[in-house]
Amino acid sequence: MIDKRCRTLADMLAQCPDLHDGAVLLAGGFGDAGVPVLLLEAIAELGLKDLTMVSNNAGAGERGLARLLRSGSVSRIICSFPRSAGSVVFEERYDAGLLALEVVPQGTLAERLRAGGAGIPAFYTPTAYGTELAAGKEVREFDGRHYVMERAIRGDVALVHAATGDRWGNLTYAMTARNFNPVMATAARSTLAEVRHFVDVVPPELVVTPGIFVHSMLEVGA
Amino acid sequence: MSKPLSPDDIAARVAEDLPDGAYVNLGIGMPMRVAEFLPPDRECVLHSENGLLGMGPAPAPGAESPDLINAGKQPVTVLAGGAFFHHADSFAMIRGGHIDVSILGAYQVAANGDLANWALPGAKAPAVGGAMDLVAGAKQVWVMLAQQVGKDGAPRIVERCSLPLTGPACVDRIYTDLAVLEVTPDGLLVTDLLEGLCEAELQAKVGAPLRFAPACRRLRASAA
Repeated sequence: MIDKRCRTLADMLAQCPDLHDGAVLLAGGFGDAGVPVLLLEAIAELGLKDLTMVSNNAGAGERGLARLLRSGSVSRIICSFPRSAGSVVFEERYDAGLLALEVVPQGTLAERLRAGGAGIPAFYTPTAYGTELAAGKEVREFDGRHYVMERAIRGDVALVHAATGDRWGNLTYAMTARNFNPVMATAARSTLAEVRHFVDVVPPELVVTPGIFVHSMLEVGA
Repeated sequence: MSKPLSPDDIAARVAEDLPDGAYVNLGIGMPMRVAEFLPPDRECVLHSENGLLGMGPAPAPGAESPDLINAGKQPVTVLAGGAFFHHADSFAMIRGGHIDVSILGAYQVAANGDLANWALPGAKAPAVGGAMDLVAGAKQVWVMLAQQVGKDGAPRIVERCSLPLTGPACVDRIYTDLAVLEVTPDGLLVTDLLEGLCEAELQAKVGAPLRFAPACRRLRASAA
C-alpha cells in the first residue's frame, strides 16, 4: 500500500536519501507565503555543508530559509529577489563573501525548474536578452527575435508547503501560497512536503500536485 | 508652469488609457496605485506575478491572510472571476504575450524604449524579480516616472541608458509628472503636456529630442 505520510520530521529526514553535503535544495515560497518553514529549519540542524539553495527570495528575519543560511550549511543560492525587507542573514553572509549568489529573472527561474521537472535540458527565452544577466549565454534568433538559452535546474531535494495532502501524495495549496511549490515539486529527486492537513482523499479534480511528484509528507497544522 | 502631477494624478492618467477587458500587471510601488483609479465602467483584470489573476484591493484590517499577497508581499484580496496558479503558469502568461499591459517604474528610459529599472551602481546584492520577464513578454509596457528628472536634476528620459538594462527597446509609453510620451520608431512623441509648461521647458528636462503631437493634450494636477 502506498502511504507517503510520515509521523515525525526526524523520520522524514532520515528516510530521505538525497539530503547530503553538496546537495541542491529547491524551496517553494514567495515572500512569507507557502514557505516550507519547518523543513528548512529542520535541515538547518543537520550540519550539512556546501548546499545550493534555489528559492525566489533569500529569507527574512531569523526564520525558515534565513535560519538555514545562518547555520552555515549553504554556500550558494539561486534567487530572483534575494534582497527584501528583513533579509538580514542573507545580506550578512553575502557581504562577508560566504554565499555565492546567482540572480535569475523570476520567470526564467520558474521555467528552468519547470524544464528540469519535465526532462527538458535547456530552452530559449526572450527574457534578459540584451541585459547583463544574459552575458556569456548563447543567443539565437527565431522569427526575427532574439532569445537567450537557459539551462534547466534539477534539485536533489524539493521542499514544499501545501494545504492538504492524501496518502498518495496528492497536494493542494492555499491561494497564493501555491507560487513556486508545484513547480519545484516536479524538479527534484526527492520531494518532501509539509502539509497543513492530511485528508483521506484529495478530490482528483482539485489536485494541483499529483502524488507521483511527492515522496514523503508531514502534517504540520495550520 | 502649474503644479506638476502627483503620483496619484499620474496613476489616474494611466488608468484612463487601460481598455475595458485588459489583463494588466502593475509593478511594485507607484504602479500599484493605478488600481485605485480604474474607471468604474471598465473591467480590467489585475495579474500578480506570484500566481493571481483578479487581484482586488487591500483587505479590511483584521481580514488579511498571509496566504493571499501581491508581488510586493502586501496582503490583497481576490475578486469574483479570479484564479490562482503556480509560478511557471504565471510567467507563461507574462512571457507568452497574454498580458495586455505591464506598468512599471524606472530609473531611466531611453528614446528607443530601452528600460533600466533593476540595478543601481554600488548596490550590494542584485535582485531582479519579474521585471525582465514582464518587459520581454507583455504586449504593451508603460512606464511611470514620479519625476521627470532625478534628484540630481539629471533627466530620467535619455538618449541612451547609462544604467544596466532591464530590456532593450521594450517601452511603449511613459507617464511622468509633466507629460505623457510615446516611444515611436521616429523617437519620442509627446501626447500630453502639463498646463502652463511650454515645449522648450519640457525638452530641457529630457535628454533626447522630442516631437509634439499636433493636438497635445494639457494635463492638470488635482487640487488636493
